[in-house]
Amino acid sequence: MTERSYEKYFRQNRLPHLWCPGCGNGIAMKAIVQAIENKGWTQDNTVIVSGIGCSSRASGYMDFDTLHTAHGRAIPFATGIKLSKPNLNVVVITGDGDCTAIGGNHFIHGCRRNINLNVILFNNDIYGMTGGQASPMTPLGKKATTAPYGSIDRPFDACNLAQAAGATFVARSTAFHVQHLVKMIQESFDNTGFSFVEALVQCPTAYGRKNRMAEPAKMLQWMKDNAVMKNVWDKLPEEKKIGEKFPIGLFYNSESETYDVAYKKVIQAAGGIAK
Amino acid sequence: MKSEFTLKLDRCKGCGICVNFCPKKVLALDTLGKVYVAHPEDCIACGQCELRCPDYAIFVDKIKEATSQGTENKG
Ligand SMILES: Cc1ncc(C[n+]2csc(CCOP(=O)(O)OP(=O)(O)O)c2C)c(N)n1
Ligand code: SF4
Ligand code: SF4
Repeated sequence: MTERSYEKYFRQNRLPHLWCPGCGNGIAMKAIVQAIENKGWTQDNTVIVSGIGCSSRASGYMDFDTLHTAHGRAIPFATGIKLSKPNLNVVVITGDGDCTAIGGNHFIHGCRRNINLNVILFNNDIYGMTGGQASPMTPLGKKATTAPYGSIDRPFDACNLAQAAGATFVARSTAFHVQHLVKMIQESFDNTGFSFVEALVQCPTAYGRKNRMAEPAKMLQWMKDNAVMKNVWDKLPEEKKIGEKFPIGLFYNSESETYDVAYKKVIQAAGGIAK
Repeated sequence: MKSEFTLKLDRCKGCGICVNFCPKKVLALDTLGKVYVAHPEDCIACGQCELRCPDYAIFVDKIKEATSQGTENKG
């Protein structure tokens, strides 16, 4: 067979990866490198930054300049890279806990300042790495080690949150809809400004087992059955937006001055040498 | 056969995703929990297995000659 072209973006000596059998992180990681390849970015002009969590381990497998940072802090590190080297393409990989719990403030303020970053949230609805505690995105009624009777905490919709906070590109897809996921990530790369893509991924180990969906294929089937393309979703009467159905697709795209451009102006006004 | 399989078995974790999403029920897991091609003649080379394998362990290529055999790459 001809070796798949995306394999060159992986650190071959680190594979197989450590994710559990059937974990969706592998699907999302491949989608990112395929989007990078399609977009024509290179290993030399692209930086991958991640926080802490199973999802954040992705940076260790990707053959780019990579930064595996502190829990919740990927966006601040990425901001530093973008401001010092605005020509680099900076991709942030984060988890639902990393991004919306401990890193929640960095996330909303990154959106607010329209920092030119590409944030990909691997949403598995749970804290996978630490054994299955509820995250701010665990759906209502779903079980976690910290919610044995089902979560009573209303979850964040990270896409709504990103849009309300000022992100200029917001989209969602799933590990089942692989080609669509690649497309959403690629389109997010086309946007200049804070771009956010939520990728639903299955965690059969920490989330599935607790919620009667231990089989990875069943979790993917659930995504297939419940995800509704945005154009169809928008036409659905409210009474049909029921159960566990949720929209996927591009939700928002707009233009606004990015933080690195605004910052450059300040440097110039202050008599410094802008990069 | 319309397709050639490449299996990187050191990567396969036996999750069963490829087995489940194959529309022709071509694939199965062996006793050690690794994927194998149980019914190669039924494969339509749709690539659904390769598409969603989280471990990049299974690859399907369309082939022209009807005689080619599947290959197995353990490396
Ligand atoms: C400052 C700090 N607090 C807590 C932890 C423990 N911790 C590690 S990963 C994690 C949650 C990860 O969940 P998520 O971001 O959803 O990623 P997943 O593992 O599910 O991919 C926590 C709380 C830590 N590493 N550092
Ligand atoms: S615990 Fe969940 S998220 Fe972590 S590697 Fe396993 S399946 Fe993936
Ligand atoms: S999807 Fe991949 S890892 Fe899972 S059983 Fe099939 S070949 Fe193995």
